[in-house]
Amino acid sequence: MTIVATMALARRALRNALRRPQFLAPLVIFPTFFLAVNVGGLSRSTNLPGFPQVHGFLDFQLAGAITQSLLLGGVSAGIAVALEIELGFFDRLVASPIPRISIVFGRLAAAAVIGAGQAVYFLILGLLFGAEVRSGIPGVIVVLAISMLAATGFGAAGVALGLWARNASIVQGVFPLAFVILFVSSAFFPRALLEQPAQGIARYNPLSYIADGMRHPIISDFAWTPALEGLLAAAAVTAMFVGLCVVALRGRLRNA
Amino acid sequence: MRQSIAQVIAQAIVWRHMGAIDVEGLERRYKSGLQAVAGIDLQVAPGEVYGFLGPNGAGKTTTVRMLVTLLLPTGGRATVAGFDVATQPSEVRKRIGVALQEAALDQLMTGLELMELQATLHGIKTREVASRSLDLITRVGLLEAKDRRVGTYSGGMKRRLDLAMALIHRPEVLFLDEPTTGLDPVSRITLWGEIRRLRDEGTTVFLTTQYLEEADQLADRVGIISAGLLVAEGTPAALKAEVGLPHLDISLTTDADLTLARSVISPFGELRPPPDGVELSLAVREGPESIAPVVRALDDAGLQVAALELVEPTLDDVFVEKTGRHLEGQDTSESATDEPAQVS
Repeated sequence: MTIVATMALARRALRNALRRPQFLAPLVIFPTFFLAVNVGGLSRSTNLPGFPQVHGFLDFQLAGAITQSLLLGGVSAGIAVALEIELGFFDRLVASPIPRISIVFGRLAAAAVIGAGQAVYFLILGLLFGAEVRSGIPGVIVVLAISMLAATGFGAAGVALGLWARNASIVQGVFPLAFVILFVSSAFFPRALLEQPAQGIARYNPLSYIADGMRHPIISDFAWTPALEGLLAAAAVTAMFVGLCVVALRGRLRNA
Repeated sequence: MRQSIAQVIAQAIVWRHMGAIDVEGLERRYKSGLQAVAGIDLQVAPGEVYGFLGPNGAGKTTTVRMLVTLLLPTGGRATVAGFDVATQPSEVRKRIGVALQEAALDQLMTGLELMELQATLHGIKTREVASRSLDLITRVGLLEAKDRRVGTYSGGMKRRLDLAMALIHRPEVLFLDEPTTGLDPVSRITLWGEIRRLRDEGTTVFLTTQYLEEADQLADRVGIISAGLLVAEGTPAALKAEVGLPHLDISLTTDADLTLARSVISPFGELRPPPDGVELSLAVREGPESIAPVVRALDDAGLQVAALELVEPTLDDVFVEKTGRHLEGQDTSESATDEPAQVS
């Protein structure tokens, strides 16, 4: 029953995401503008000593844009859950004879699929503007795998927050915090070139490993270590926030 | 708490011989200290329509939320379809249909999509999902609107869809929380027809309402809740007979002395709180025969009657008798706004 209910709720979440373009479009539009500004204004950064060998600055920035987009996806998942609570649909799901964790898993499965879509969008955008994926199909597969796993983790963070806050505005208010965490990672700039304390924080920031795990196959030949580090970081984020989701769901049901 | 299949089956057989809903000393106290439900006892027989009547904030919705396993009781116990709401919530959920206040529907989905989702979540076999969804959507008169998004439905259509969704798995007990609140009279009557049909089919219905007429029209028995306590229970006819007396509702001309009027009419019966728009209300033992003497006495005292109506006992009279207040259009001192946001 858990799988059937999870799949049904995932289908619903996906269909609703497509029917609410005002929620879906910002997930890619904002990072696209950010990518354009960065590439347009900072492309000579590649000449800095210590900057990795890249085909172009756009190639380097693609992983940052994907990570940023996935974070926005997490906020969006949290808003959707909070809206469901506010509008009472969550109660309908809770009153159904399904394992309640399916409500969370359905939303996260949808987040993973949307995450893959976000990664595909940025890869195609990059290819259209002259970037290349150095490690080819295996690299694309790694980018998609990390994207889906990270989207699940960020989605879980959003869902946990939505369950706790029960208010879409509060979830939306977390949006700037997600960006602060992103900027103290190596998502947009090589870790070695960051100033302290950002460099120190980036070293322990899982977003660094997620972004680097996706970046490496784009800018270099395929290597297992960064791919596995990226997958591991995304898995750790997912495990932590799914755990928080379970706690938040229990709290939500206990205090309903 | 996991149970063996045999235990669940045995319990399901046992409940046929007991109430569809059994409630003993049910309580709910919020962290804020607010006691929304203060110890309710009630029993609903299988196939019965039970009207749970009370003003906003009286504890109706909190009671329903506990019975449908959305809220844990803080005291007492309740079983629905033979299963305990606190310790066997999954078994309860399989056997109940729920249409909560405000028809919580996904506005982005079509009526048919929502029906099919509900069917899937209730474990209905894939090959039956489409046919059962269509049958029910036809039954509630939404066939033509089935492919429209719910956001475009009127309030009445949403309520009918909500009812259809609650019926998708043929529940043993159906909970309807204020199903007609906010509906226009035509939609209300349509929904009443559907509830009557369910009653005729033998479905147990627990219906909360703040409308006296609704309880009077639909319920086999009525429970009246006020400030979290069940203050009266019985068939509508028995409750009205308990109150017994018809009353005269009197309006006087604008400058009339109401104090004088009260003293003039009080020997003819018992003064009671007047309903909205009426100045005096007098319970009279003699019924229509008391009209002439009352009017004559007022006239003799120089007080002119602008309007007068003899009203037979209603459930509102029962409510006034039990609580000293009128039901419709008034909140209790325990305002709905005092309750946590999720309990409306």
